[in-house]
Amino acid sequence: MSKKLSQEEMQAYWGKTSKLMWTILALWFFFSFVVHFFAPSLNEIRVLGFPLGFYMAAQGSLIAFVILCFWNASAQNKIDEEFGVSDE
Amino acid sequence: MAGAAANSSFLQNLGRIYSIYTGTFVGFVIFLGILEFFGVPDRILGYLFIFLTIGVYALIGILSRTAEVSEYYVAGRSVPALYNGMATGADWMSAASFIGMAGSLYFGGYDGLAFVLGWTGGYVLVSILMAPYLRKFGQFTVPDFCGARYGGNAARTLAVIVLITASFVYVVAQIVGVGIITSRFLGMDFKLACFVGLIGILVCSMLGGMKAVTWTQVAQYIILIIAYLIPVVIMSAQVTGVPIPQLMYGQALEKIAGLEKTLGVAKGHVAAFANARGEFDMTSAVNFFALILCLMVGTASLPHILMRYFTTPSVRQARDSVGWSLFFIFLLYFTAPAYAAFAKLEVYQNIIGQPISALPAWIASWGKPGLALVGACDAANAAQIFPICTGVQGNGDGILQLSEFRIHPDAIVLATPEIAGLPYVVAGLVAAGGLAAALSTADGLLLAIANALSHDIYYKMIDPNADTKRRLIISRVLLAVVAVIAAYVAGTLGADILFLVSWAFSIAASGLFAALVLGIWWKRAGDASGVWSMLIGYGVCMFFLITTEFYGPALKSMLGDAVTIVNARGRQVAYIWGINNISVGIFGIPAAFIAQWVAQKFSAEASPEMQDFIDSIRVPAGDVRLAPGMAAKE
Repeated sequence: MSKKLSQEEMQAYWGKTSKLMWTILALWFFFSFVVHFFAPSLNEIRVLGFPLGFYMAAQGSLIAFVILCFWNASAQNKIDEEFGVSDE
Repeated sequence: MAGAAANSSFLQNLGRIYSIYTGTFVGFVIFLGILEFFGVPDRILGYLFIFLTIGVYALIGILSRTAEVSEYYVAGRSVPALYNGMATGADWMSAASFIGMAGSLYFGGYDGLAFVLGWTGGYVLVSILMAPYLRKFGQFTVPDFCGARYGGNAARTLAVIVLITASFVYVVAQIVGVGIITSRFLGMDFKLACFVGLIGILVCSMLGGMKAVTWTQVAQYIILIIAYLIPVVIMSAQVTGVPIPQLMYGQALEKIAGLEKTLGVAKGHVAAFANARGEFDMTSAVNFFALILCLMVGTASLPHILMRYFTTPSVRQARDSVGWSLFFIFLLYFTAPAYAAFAKLEVYQNIIGQPISALPAWIASWGKPGLALVGACDAANAAQIFPICTGVQGNGDGILQLSEFRIHPDAIVLATPEIAGLPYVVAGLVAAGGLAAALSTADGLLLAIANALSHDIYYKMIDPNADTKRRLIISRVLLAVVAVIAAYVAGTLGADILFLVSWAFSIAASGLFAALVLGIWWKRAGDASGVWSMLIGYGVCMFFLITTEFYGPALKSMLGDAVTIVNARGRQVAYIWGINNISVGIFGIPAAFIAQWVAQKFSAEASPEMQDFIDSIRVPAGDVRLAPGMAAKE
């Protein structure tokens, strides 16, 4: 299964990997910072008693982080398999 | 050979072994509950809890003893993703998370959530930027990578210096945590308790290194998560009728908001970026985001966490393992705000405005000298009954006002079992959980320090011909020496030093993050750029840390109005542009990136061989193609 990638394959592989990295990095930035810029306004909205701004910092973003990690793992596995470079 | 066979049968049966372990632990708790019912005194139960759990960790440590280098440093690279996730969870969650965080949230409200966010979101960075590539590189330590990537001993030495500074500061805080718990539950002197905790730490890690620490940490995770969830689940069931605190504390928040109006609290629990009068405050917003950034970037740079991903069998499992780590950490972190909310509701509803004579029993039991975690400071002589009341002037009307109530942050988690009226055995369980959290983190940190000294300094730089036996003896001796020094420093500095934990993140983030990320993602970055990055990042961070902490007035005369002197945690600290000095990484992190970029402009690009090496660690399959001059793979 495993082989050494040619120069072009390596570029294509790393291009896809980098794209995935930047996508997740952007979402990470959104859930770490951007959404909380609006916390004072979001707090006006209440869900199950939780002011939304508080909820996002206490739970919402955390759930997003967990999903991002598992998503990265599975998306990167797909890329690895596409190029035949998975190590399992 | 017999050892190897036993080892593989252990790995195949992990699920069963840890299920039996969990069942036995639950049975043990129930058994102690029965003992309590028949009148066995609390103190004996406390001893049983603490010594039996430490005994189990020690047993795992002894069963995992090893004479193999790769087992000692990276657990033989045989830890499946899920279990490495649990071990990382325990490695990660320290006494500060277990005991301190809910207290920060009780006092800080929304502001405290910077810790919840900062200590989780960094794993996304670990997952996308670091873990898979460091795993593929496949050596033993983080300085190994820096040394290989940036051409030798200068980079390796700098990485070791950053690692030791950050980890040592962090481990001192952990031993303080162990000391606090042991001294409270066993009634021992704090200094002595620090050294008792030390023995608990050493028996886990001395004989088996990373292998022993891994399997102990899995066991510790199970205990700490059970201990953290049980009291608050019961409390939620009592207050709201539904035993899911993470969903139900919304109701508590609503009631708190109502009570805040009645009690005249200007800054609401859920208010974001507010000052004491409840108005929007830019400095508070800046500090919130600065702290999040430092903690997250620090997560992705702390060597004791990164080295956990060296232990998985494959790159793929390293990636999966980051997801599991964060999931197991998330279970505790999304529960902490519920602790804070239920405790605050209890205080506002059933404590404030009550006659002193009618206060619940937990106030007296947690306020007495020796514990001194809460105080009802109404009467003039209240400090004689409640030492925490020293300096508080009550009005002596026999009614407890909000301004007369004192509570220590640590009391939120520790006293919840009693607030909820649960038997003492649950309080003992919480103590065992807190101890597991502090011990597991201390284990990981000490191992990181000792490995850097023995592997990177001694083996790679002083005596590359040392045989296996000698290397492992040196590792163990160094581990013990570092542990004793840390325990001594912890015992001497005393209890109120938990800001050390945040410093550790800033130091690691400033010194290592840029060099590690750019080392993987910027192929052309040459040797000099990495060295300058670590040097400047670490230097800037340490400069601001030391000057703001110890030379505030001098800094103020130098920088003028940009600096304010603030009283925080019983010491005077300088804030630059209002930024709290626990977030000094905000200066160090960009400095490291800029230094690396500038240095690259004036120095050679990475050699073609080096670039080929980087290509090889970017791809999971295939060999790592080491550039000439790098040490051979073991």
